[in-house]
Amino acid sequence: MEIFEILMSVSFWAAAIRIASPLILGTLGELICERAGVLNLGIEGIMVSGAFAGWMAVYSGTGLWTGVGVAMCVGMSFGLLHSVLTVPFGLSQHVVGLGVTLLATSGTYYAYRLALPEVTSPPKIEAFQPFEIPFLSDIPGIGPALFSQTPLTYLAFGLVLVVSLVLYRTPLGLAVRAAGENPAAVAAQGLSVTAIRMGAVTVGSGFMAMGGAFLTMSAFDSFFFEMVNGRGWICIALVVFGSWRPGKALLGAVLFAAFDALQIRMQQTSLGADVPYQIFLMMPYILSILALVVMSRRAEVPAALMVPFNKGER
Amino acid sequence: MRLEAIEDQTWPRRLLPPLIALSVTVVIASGLAMLAGANPFSVLGLILQGAFGSQFAILETLNRATPLIFTGLAVAVAFRAKFWNIGAEAQLYAGALVTVVLGTGVLQWPSLALLPLLAVLAVLAGACLLLVPAVLKTRFGVDEVVTTLLFNFIFLLFISMLLEGPLKDPMGMGWPKSARLLPEARLPRMVDGLRLHWGFGLALISAGAVWIIQSRSTLGYEMRAVGLNKNAAAFAGIPVNRVLIKTALLSGGLAALAGFSEVAGVKGSLTLDLSPGFGYTGIIVAMLALLHPIGVVFAALFVAGIFVGADSMSRAAGVPTYLADIMLATALLLMVLAILLMRFRIVRG
Repeated sequence: MEIFEILMSVSFWAAAIRIASPLILGTLGELICERAGVLNLGIEGIMVSGAFAGWMAVYSGTGLWTGVGVAMCVGMSFGLLHSVLTVPFGLSQHVVGLGVTLLATSGTYYAYRLALPEVTSPPKIEAFQPFEIPFLSDIPGIGPALFSQTPLTYLAFGLVLVVSLVLYRTPLGLAVRAAGENPAAVAAQGLSVTAIRMGAVTVGSGFMAMGGAFLTMSAFDSFFFEMVNGRGWICIALVVFGSWRPGKALLGAVLFAAFDALQIRMQQTSLGADVPYQIFLMMPYILSILALVVMSRRAEVPAALMVPFNKGER
Repeated sequence: MRLEAIEDQTWPRRLLPPLIALSVTVVIASGLAMLAGANPFSVLGLILQGAFGSQFAILETLNRATPLIFTGLAVAVAFRAKFWNIGAEAQLYAGALVTVVLGTGVLQWPSLALLPLLAVLAVLAGACLLLVPAVLKTRFGVDEVVTTLLFNFIFLLFISMLLEGPLKDPMGMGWPKSARLLPEARLPRMVDGLRLHWGFGLALISAGAVWIIQSRSTLGYEMRAVGLNKNAAAFAGIPVNRVLIKTALLSGGLAALAGFSEVAGVKGSLTLDLSPGFGYTGIIVAMLALLHPIGVVFAALFVAGIFVGADSMSRAAGVPTYLADIMLATALLLMVLAILLMRFRIVRG
């Protein structure tokens, strides 16, 4: 019965939406890359770099939104590096992605040590505060859960809509999707597959970095090592779970986050006293794998995902 | 731009790209060392000296290379068949787990019987762990990159649970740490008086064995065929799924030996910091070795040298040790590019 009480509480759903936000941004970013035909395993490292860059920028005196911009720029440069190696050179997307994750993570930690050599605990910044949307936040129940969030959460939800519209309603989106399904057809139209894919990976990586920045600038107000803690990999699973569609991916992220919020609360219940807390922490990962098993059968994988395109080769 | 295959590769074409890749890595590392306020030449010198400058340094490097040879082999075997095992970290802990469960008093056997048994059971544990993602891939089409990655998190939590529960050492002063292995379960030193345990010997033997499997056995041929072109392999009558499962078993087993060797050879007990990411570093080792098992040995020595050297450099010059990881990531990315440029030239248009 304790579960029921938790599920009915407003604070639970508010937490779920908050936990979902970085996942939504990361998943959107990965989805854009994969829709164009590029698997971006750099996501974990790019989220780390975004988390640090945004926080560091604000700590050194810029505004919060400038910080978000800085995080995006850092993420986009790693995305550009990834795309140069994987698109025109067609190198293994697995190897390059893991290499970018390692480079971004270690580069971030190196920069952190250089910037703050003496500190034992990282300094705090004035993070984004919850913004109550007038009227909407007064709706009982869903108001406080949905409409008393930080601005980056609203942005994440808004971007799902924007990415959906762009992907399905604009020529640009059509070109991106076609680059991931049938690149030869795109080339036949006189468009550059290379440019489309590189652009998608670069922009997508910017989204991922914003997801990382959410952690240091909205969820917390400081940067810790290991703070991304596998969220990037979860996003990759969420893309599959969402069948490469932004709306379904959003649903997956919220479901996952609700589950995560639930396991945290379950640890405090009478059940949590008997069961080791590690079991609860494992649940979201196990759930992701189970979701993949269920979804993979009918997954609509972009046909040219992980297939390099070389003009002149047919 | 586009890429054009080169039919006859000249010597400069084969040698220059990797050399340039390594030089650029060194230049970038020097630049980063300067950012940290250190003299770049002394930093590189200190790394070399710390890795290979004394007998102590060399033994340290060999010890650090040992788990990397195992995880590097595990990745190389899997990647050769295009089975993307990113879960060597979890498989390593599976091997370590078996070693402490059976090596701390359950079996009171003499060393010569106990150690081989522990090694074999560790291999089985690692193989079984990777069997799950392998079956999910072959039966349900679930991408193994994500599942093996997520398994790392799940299995580490599992180990943490055991270390705070049934495996917790009552004498451990409250630390989440297992009991110590029996003396019979410890790997002896290869040479008396030198701090190098038989795990290193086992690693070299494994590399040789993998090389023979890959170059001389049917399975090795099938693994390569599946990696090169799954459809063509299936068309030629190779049971692709069965080959993938066998690959996974071999790969998981090799990674588990890293855990066995670290516990039985170095640490003597299991803690959550047994591996500082040996499983992930194995990917770099395997790639730098071009997935060749003998190359893995040399790549592991190179990578271990950079880590050991960077540790001692960091203490002397005050440059963060993360420089080592940056150097490795840069070397990895540039080397895959260099290998491409050995075989292709860039043409305009």
